[in-house]
Amino acid sequence: MEFISAFCSPGVLCQILLGLSRTVILFIVASGLSLILGVLRIPNIAHGSLYMIGAFMAYTVSKAFGGGIMGFWMAILLAPLGVALVSFIIERGIFSRLYEREHIMLFLLTFSFSLVFGDLVKMVWGAEYRSVSTPSFFQGSIPIFGLPFPIYNFFLLLMGPIVAILLWIIVNKTKMGKISRAAAVDREMVSAVGINVSLVFCIVFVIGCFLAGLGGALVAPIVNVVLGMDHTLIMEAFLIVIIGGLGNIWGALLGSLIFGLTQSLGILIWPQFGIVFPYAAVIVVLSFRPTGLLRSTW
Amino acid sequence: MAKKPLIILLLVAAALLLLPFGLPRFYIYLTALIVTMGLLATSLNFALGYGGIYQLHHGVFYGTGAYATAVMITKLGYSPWLAFIAGPLAAAALSLVMGIICIRLSKLYFGMLQISLGSLVWAIVYRWYSFTGGDDGIHGISIPSLIGSSKGAYYFTMIVAGLAMFFMYRILHSPFGSTLQGIRDNAVRSQAIGVNVRLHQLAALVMAGFFAGVAGVLFVVVDNSVFPDMLFWTLSLEITIMALLGGWFTFLGPMLGAAVIVSLRTFVSTYTEYWTFAMGLLLMLVILFLPEGVLGKVFEIWKRRKSLEVRS
Repeated sequence: MEFISAFCSPGVLCQILLGLSRTVILFIVASGLSLILGVLRIPNIAHGSLYMIGAFMAYTVSKAFGGGIMGFWMAILLAPLGVALVSFIIERGIFSRLYEREHIMLFLLTFSFSLVFGDLVKMVWGAEYRSVSTPSFFQGSIPIFGLPFPIYNFFLLLMGPIVAILLWIIVNKTKMGKISRAAAVDREMVSAVGINVSLVFCIVFVIGCFLAGLGGALVAPIVNVVLGMDHTLIMEAFLIVIIGGLGNIWGALLGSLIFGLTQSLGILIWPQFGIVFPYAAVIVVLSFRPTGLLRSTW
Repeated sequence: MAKKPLIILLLVAAALLLLPFGLPRFYIYLTALIVTMGLLATSLNFALGYGGIYQLHHGVFYGTGAYATAVMITKLGYSPWLAFIAGPLAAAALSLVMGIICIRLSKLYFGMLQISLGSLVWAIVYRWYSFTGGDDGIHGISIPSLIGSSKGAYYFTMIVAGLAMFFMYRILHSPFGSTLQGIRDNAVRSQAIGVNVRLHQLAALVMAGFFAGVAGVLFVVVDNSVFPDMLFWTLSLEITIMALLGGWFTFLGPMLGAAVIVSLRTFVSTYTEYWTFAMGLLLMLVILFLPEGVLGKVFEIWKRRKSLEVRS
């Protein structure tokens, strides 16, 4: 009983809410990664770099519009589009020619992109910390169970379900989604019935990268936008996709929940080693379900 | 081994032994570092190129070997020589544990689970300030005076790395090595003729981990320091690049790749701070145009010419 009452304390509940808003960011990024992995079969390490570019673009756009409400919304809108444009160029330029290569080659190729992008970001934005200001109505916090909870995190908690539902509609209800799911299973057959698979792949890749950019733009106001922010995130996103089941969007959601919650609660249990808990959770999950919790499209 | 390569190898060895007499200290250090990284990349290739195992987080074993040695010397007060032996053993033990957990999974899943386990090790090292020095690492590790000077460290590195390379070569050219390559090329068929696939792969992983640990010890001797980046996944991918650049299916390819990458990092970074940009571009070009690596390409051309000669 004591444990339950301790678990229901305001501090813990607040920490859970914070963990959930972290989950939203992880989910948005990981779902894009999962989409690309599921359909194109590219383990895209550069996804993290696109997330970082999204955050930096959000900074630039928000500054160009003079901060405030306008700057914030334009950043949320334009930064992901900018990232989508970058991804469109690299997909048409390089990836589209290499789909038949071995996974490990593609893996290393995307790593080379992440190296290049990392330094490009350094050239364009420099190595200093940047921060994006939130508009006034997102600033401050409201009391939850007697403890202050930042308003912006509520906005994030709202964005999560919206993105999930939109993605579900795109994948399951549109013709494009159906084609892409079919192409994930049998590329040649889809091509044989006269569908331009290459174009479908391009669209899926761009949507996936758009999500990385969106994640970056959304996280920009609550973290320091800085070089190297991609390194831990991409690893987390990969592990989320793996424990959820490759290519499964609900798996990405489940994985993000596991990751976000074990991290935030782990910090409460053992502050020094809080970051260890999510990795331990991944090991536990994969020990029992080696190919992830939900059905993978692979 | 044919006669010609053996002569070349002996010449290179002689040149390496004489090198410290003609070069400034920095280059001695750099050469020792290249050989250390080359040994590390070769040990990765042991599992990746010859074993066909997606060893994506090889750096963990390197870091573990180095940290085990450093912690034993600085925190536990053991004799450095004992610590030098304990480092590789610790790496091999970690490799065994991680291997047992991961080996059931295939290909990319194996690699990802390994990255996850490795990240766990990294996170512990990164946070355990009292024991591992946290994100600062451990600096100024005292090394026995015999190998404490830059020349001493250099010769120690050369001898140990040479022995390790020799053992790896012998293992890969033993029946065990042939079986390993058979498993790489067709695991199902190997299983069918009675080979215990998992056991062989596990043994390969443990050996690769052990030699990575040796490289870790050498790094401690050369640099007298350890830091958590040695266990971070970006380093692991960097080693993979070295192996790829030199050539997957050649024994000395990874050593060449390490030489290219380490020299590039050292010399390009004196001109510009954007050396990862250069490395990324180089990697891209290699993947696009030279997927079998530099040495692999050389061998291919050499073999083709040989076969032409035979035909004519």
